[in-house]
Amino acid sequence: MKLTVEEKDMLEGKYGEGIAAAMKIQVAMGETFEAERMVPITRAHVALSAQDADLWFVDKLLKLGAHCKVSPTVNPSIDLKYLKKHLFEIPKAGIDIVSATNEAYKQIGATLTFDCTPYLQQNVPGFGEVIAFSESSATPYVNSVFGARSNRESSQSALCAAITGLVPEYGLLLDENRKGEILVEVTAKIETDFDYQLLGWCYPELYKGLEIPVFTGIKSRPTPAGFMNFGAQLNTSGAVSMYHMVGITPEAPTVEAAFGNNKIKHRITISDQDLAATRERLCREPGKIDFAMFGCPHLTIDQVETIAKTVGERKFAVDFWVLTSSLTRELADRMGFLDVIQRAGGHIIADTCIDVPPCWQPYYGKNAVTDSPKCAYYNEIRGIKFKIRPLEEAVEAAILGEVLK
Amino acid sequence: MGTKFSCKRISEGYAEAEVIISKDAVCYYLVEPETGLVVERNHDLEGRNIAGKILMMPSGKGSSVVQADGLFKLGRNQKSPLGMIIEHADPVLVSSALIFEVPMVHKVDPEFYKLIKDGDRIILNATEGWIEIL
Repeated sequence: MKLTVEEKDMLEGKYGEGIAAAMKIQVAMGETFEAERMVPITRAHVALSAQDADLWFVDKLLKLGAHCKVSPTVNPSIDLKYLKKHLFEIPKAGIDIVSATNEAYKQIGATLTFDCTPYLQQNVPGFGEVIAFSESSATPYVNSVFGARSNRESSQSALCAAITGLVPEYGLLLDENRKGEILVEVTAKIETDFDYQLLGWCYPELYKGLEIPVFTGIKSRPTPAGFMNFGAQLNTSGAVSMYHMVGITPEAPTVEAAFGNNKIKHRITISDQDLAATRERLCREPGKIDFAMFGCPHLTIDQVETIAKTVGERKFAVDFWVLTSSLTRELADRMGFLDVIQRAGGHIIADTCIDVPPCWQPYYGKNAVTDSPKCAYYNEIRGIKFKIRPLEEAVEAAILGEVLK
Repeated sequence: MGTKFSCKRISEGYAEAEVIISKDAVCYYLVEPETGLVVERNHDLEGRNIAGKILMMPSGKGSSVVQADGLFKLGRNQKSPLGMIIEHADPVLVSSALIFEVPMVHKVDPEFYKLIKDGDRIILNATEGWIEIL
């Protein structure tokens, strides 16, 4: 790699050991992926996880004197106080690691958003902006929906980028690597946000390769929640960091533009039958449930509104959890949705993830309902059996205590 | 002395150990942290131990959170592999190897793949970019 004089100084420790440590990792990554140079970033998002390795790494950089040049937003942690009051007290080891992680990220200069949807609020990039985003729902969203440029960063490499303010230039940062290779003709009727959950899960089941897919046949622009669901499932069921939707996403005004000079390597059709088969495999049989959980990724205000309108004056028969950002929770309060959901016996918890152990321990091994395949998949390891249904149907199930169909 | 094969450094370092070959991609979250035993169901290495060996595999798999946490816990218990030889590099595995300072290489001379057998002792010199079968 060709480094500027300043970058060489950073690597050699002239600006401190913290910057040198981050730079050393980034230069080694750049050499591995044959980047020619480093380029500046304007934004970063780190998938904080409050697990051992996460804390160890941020602590190590802090001790070396690192501080973020570009303050990154961060993924959810755990709202310990809320859970203690309303569910159970997290074991001490869990409290210690969460508190220490939060403090370490604050000290290193992160912006403590504790939200996995930075692309909807607080950290929204523009077209062509070079950024370093980790988090599975975020990378496809920023690349595909906005036309910003981020590689599929690991949480550690995104933190290094935040510290140096630079990334090695390879992969999705380069024009020629952003063109499609797989043509996906969607004949299935795609209308609701839930249809995008299924479509996003289905595509990597039909094609395992990492090439960029180009979706055609989608009639109208997805809602922000639709795009969010789609990317989250594409990048959980598979490892899709970018896609095009012809006539909808900014780098795909036409099929020709989406493919550029690339030939179509494979053609795939996704029909109503394919989506029905995915639904059949994934969504589980009807039956009794012990609780309901939504917010993987964190729900938007529109989704919170849908829940409030669906439940109305009725009451939930089971524990009911909505996970969202602190801003959306505040907005839900202002709009009266929080009141409706609380009166029905439900919770809106901010800053928290469905997947940070041990925060949902009382539910391990139980039956539940959610609208998110990603939520269901990550909880398999804890023996929680999630039935997956569209949001309104799942809310009805929580009112009955049972998924009827 | 055996023949030396060229390779390209990802993460620097030197290791001399027995090689263990996996046909499948490896996720360190599904390796028992106390022992180094692979516990992933239906995995090529299911029931085998990677601790103290040089692991040869096509690639890594899994998110940065799980991959890094898995390798970190193995390292803390001194059950980590001593080195890695991979075919397809991805940012998650590469950053994990760099951060936990496990020597790792890719782009190995194709001749090496014809000769290497599971259980052979090798020297992996990632810093200088060569592998020797002993």
